Amino acid sequence: MINRSLGLKLLSAILVFGAWEIAGRIPVSFAFPTFLESMQALFVMTFDGSIFTAYGETLKPLAIGVGISAFFGIGIGLWVGLSERFDWLFSPIFIVMQAAPLAALIPILVMAYGIGLTSKVFVVCIMAMPVIVLNTASAVRNTPANIKDMGRSFLASDRDIILKIVIPAASPVIFSGLRLGISAGFIGAILSELKITPTGVGDIITYSRSIADYPSMYAAIFSIIVLAVLFLNLLEQIENVLFEGNNRGYVSD
Amino acid sequence: MSYLKGTTVVMSQTNDAFAKAEPLDVDTAVSVRGVSKNYGEVEALKNLSLDFPRGQLTSLLGPSGCGKTTLLKIIAGLLEPTAGEIEIDGKKVTGPGPDRAFVFQDFALLPWANVMRNVSFGLELRGVAKSEREDIAQKYIDNVGLSGFEKAYPHELSGGMRQRVGLARALSVDAQVLLLDEPFSAVDEQNRRKFQEDMLELVRNENKTFLFVTHSIEEAVYVSDQIAILLPRPSRVSEVIRPSSFRGTNVENIRRSPEYLDIVDQIWASLRNYVE
Ligand SMILES: Nc1ncnc2c1ncn2[C@@H]1O[C@H](COP(=O)(O)OP(=O)(O)OP(=O)(O)O)[C@@H](O)[C@H]1O
Ligand SMILES: [Mg+2]
Repeated sequence: MINRSLGLKLLSAILVFGAWEIAGRIPVSFAFPTFLESMQALFVMTFDGSIFTAYGETLKPLAIGVGISAFFGIGIGLWVGLSERFDWLFSPIFIVMQAAPLAALIPILVMAYGIGLTSKVFVVCIMAMPVIVLNTASAVRNTPANIKDMGRSFLASDRDIILKIVIPAASPVIFSGLRLGISAGFIGAILSELKITPTGVGDIITYSRSIADYPSMYAAIFSIIVLAVLFLNLLEQIENVLFEGNNRGYVSD
Repeated sequence: MSYLKGTTVVMSQTNDAFAKAEPLDVDTAVSVRGVSKNYGEVEALKNLSLDFPRGQLTSLLGPSGCGKTTLLKIIAGLLEPTAGEIEIDGKKVTGPGPDRAFVFQDFALLPWANVMRNVSFGLELRGVAKSEREDIAQKYIDNVGLSGFEKAYPHELSGGMRQRVGLARALSVDAQVLLLDEPFSAVDEQNRRKFQEDMLELVRNENKTFLFVTHSIEEAVYVSDQIAILLPRPSRVSEVIRPSSFRGTNVENIRRSPEYLDIVDQIWASLRNYVE
């Protein structure tokens, strides 16, 4: 099973990279390097260490923003899901946040918080938080009533019900919200570096584009995608370890 | 039939009058007083009264949707009745309590927990230490025939096995009143018969009160000290039957006893009106 899914993943990677290589060789556009050129550029950046300094910059707002979004997103989501009043109060805010055109908000953020870390963290949070909150809230609201009844009949306190029933039952949907939120957070981090001040990976992208060093530009974009994929896989592993029985779906009867 | 009803009434009167004088005689563990329950427009129960004698098994028999689960949930303290009240040992029920354990019709297992954790979940919520609660749970896992499946998750079990997990969970908390909502419905016929015999044994050996919902007339007559027949919605008790002669006899002979067969026929005669 594990080998088969690994094989499939490898196959799809080969297909994608192969298509990239071919498209680069045709070439589709003079600004589109081949896969191998991009990898070469990535190696160069890795060996001269510039990619690590860049990530040192980029990961700061990303980690802070994702951390805040996960912590408060799940917290607020639980609250909204458990209490109708908070649902009324908060749900609209996050629905608007999710729909808002972020690019239009960035100038306002910059006016309010300057061009430093704070604004970038905000961008990451605006991208990541809504989906985490909304998923968590809907998962909590949809906790199977029969399991909650079971808990109450065996004398669970409200705290027990939340910790031992509601959260584990909601965890698959909470985790899928986290996955979506974190991918959005990655986008937000790069977007903020492109739109606010060029630092970190955003700086590599902007700078290499300005000097027409396209392989480096694509190498930077590629590296951030790889990082995001690795992180999401890690999250999936964590979920499987924490809630083993959940990954086969629910037993309803 | 009317003569049977007569006996019941007489019994509960003697019970009221001689409760102190005759402690060995049936005393009431759970009493349902004029309970009604409406779900919005739907009247599920209407002015239902019934006494459940201590240390005995009472079956609730009635057509699907007549409110049996609703009644058990009200007794469990999971639902508020619209009118009326429940008393357990003379105390009014206001919510779930340690004196009652529930076996759910839809099993209500935790999908993310293995059999061991599911069975010991009731004890876990009561704050029993891990090693102790797992010892107790192990005993009941063995009793319901699930040894070797302690580490399995509910999705890896058959319907009947899941149901037995729910049964073991309820037994392990050692409650005085057991509320069993069709506990054998998904169990195969062989196991069902075995469980029915175990049930009789359990009722005989432990001084617990069993409230047993079933669809099977034969099962009800086989295991019950008292059978309450419920009318379709809005539900009331239409009659209470107390089999008497074969209760003391050997388990093997019950199904051959004339009274057993008579009662099965009588119940069928009164229920068939509601089956089209
Ligand atoms: N949560 C609910 N909301 C609205 N109506 C309900 C609810 N639960 C039960 N009912 C209604 O109350 C009636 C009694 O339901 P209940 O589950 O108690 O029946 P039952 O006797 O246990 O049936 P079965 O033998 O099929 O399990 C049904 O008509 C059902 O439609
Ligand atoms: Mg039912």
